[in-house]
Amino acid sequence: MKPAPFAYHRPATLDEALALLAEDEDAKPLAGGQSLVPMLNFRLARPSALVDLDAIEELTGIRIEGNVLVVGAMTRQWDLEQSPDAFPLLREALGFVGHTATRCRGTVGGSLVHADPTAELPVCALALGAELVTSRRTIPAEEFFVSVFTTALEPGELLVEVRFPAPSEPTAFEEHAHRHGDFAVVCVAAVGDRVAIGGVAPTPVLWDENGLEPVGDLFAPAGYKRGVAKALVERALGG
Amino acid sequence: MIQTVLTVNGARHERRVEPRLLLSDFLRHELALYGTHVGCEHGVCGACTVLIDGRPARSCLTLAVQADGRTVETVESLADGAALHPLQQAFHEHFGLQCGFCTSGILMTAAFLLEQNPDPTEAEVRAELAGHLCRCTGYAPIVDSILAAAEPLRARRP
Repeated sequence: MKPAPFAYHRPATLDEALALLAEDEDAKPLAGGQSLVPMLNFRLARPSALVDLDAIEELTGIRIEGNVLVVGAMTRQWDLEQSPDAFPLLREALGFVGHTATRCRGTVGGSLVHADPTAELPVCALALGAELVTSRRTIPAEEFFVSVFTTALEPGELLVEVRFPAPSEPTAFEEHAHRHGDFAVVCVAAVGDRVAIGGVAPTPVLWDENGLEPVGDLFAPAGYKRGVAKALVERALGG
Repeated sequence: MIQTVLTVNGARHERRVEPRLLLSDFLRHELALYGTHVGCEHGVCGACTVLIDGRPARSCLTLAVQADGRTVETVESLADGAALHPLQQAFHEHFGLQCGFCTSGILMTAAFLLEQNPDPTEAEVRAELAGHLCRCTGYAPIVDSILAAAEPLRARRP
C-alpha cells in the first residue's frame, strides 16, 4: 500500500463534515482526489483522517441565478465542461485540465482549493471575478489565492460553491503546456481586457506587462515564461 | 477497516478494506483481476484506467472505499467469453499493442470515447490518448485501431 494509514469518514451533510474537521486538525477533506491521492501515494501528505465529501448532495450541482453561474464545490469538472450552462471560457479552459479520466473524478472546488499556480480554473475564477462561498463567508477570487497550494481558507473551513458572473465582454483562453493535459507552462484567461495569467507567479495574477517577473522552474526558465506569457496574452486579446 | 460493497464487471463484491487501499490494488489483490495494470501510481500513465459508474477513472487515484456502492468495469468486462470486443479485435488486427502494459487502460478510455463520440476524428482520438503513455508502438497503430473499432461499435448501438 502506498499511502500512510488514515481514518476515513464519509459524512452525508456539510454540518457533519465540518464537525469531523473541527474535532481533528490533522484531518483533510477529500474531494475528487486527483491531486490529494497522488500526494498520499508519495506520502507528501499524511493526514490522520480523510473526510470524503462525495456523499454531501448539497455540494453538487450547477444552476443559474440571474447572470451568475453557481457551481457546487463537488461538481465534477467533466459535468461542468459538458453543461450547456457553462460559459464558453470555462468549457474551453476545462479541456486543458488533465485528462478525461481525471476530469470525471476531479471537482471544480477541489481544483480551486488545491490552488496549483498553473491550474486553469483558478485563472478563470480570477478573470471572471468569481466569488467563492465557504461554510463561513464569501471570498472574492482576488483574495482567495494566497500562495502556492495556499488559499484564504482557514482550518476547518470548506468551500461550498463558486459564483461565476456571466462575462459581458468577449472571452478567450490560451495555454501552452509541454504535452496535452500536462501542467501548463503558462495559461491565460481573458474577459474583455481583464486578463488573468497562471504559471508565472505563486498565484494566478492579473496581467501587467511591466510588472511581470515570472518565476522560472526546471522546465521553463523565467525568460522563456515571459515570452510565452506575452505571446499568449496577445493571442487572447486577438492581437 | 471499512465495509465496502461494489459491483465489478457485473458481480457484487463485499470486503472489509483498509481506507488507504487503492482501487487498483483492490482489483488486483482482492479480486485477482490482473488485467488492470499499475504503472506510475500518480495518475500520469493511464495504465490503471477503469470505468466507475460508466466514466473513466484512474484506479490508482481512487481509494477502494470511494468505490463503495458504485459499479466498476475493468478490461475483463470487454470480451464476451472467447469473442473479443470490437476494440480488442481492432487492436489485434491493426497491431495496436506490443507489450500490452498500457493496453487495458487505453481500451477502457477508448470504450468511453466511442460511446460519447461514435465517429471521432483522428485528432480527437489523439487528444484522448494524451492521457495514456505507450512506450512500444509510437501510437500510430493505436490510433488506427480505435478509428477502426468505431464502425463495428456504431453498428452495435441500439
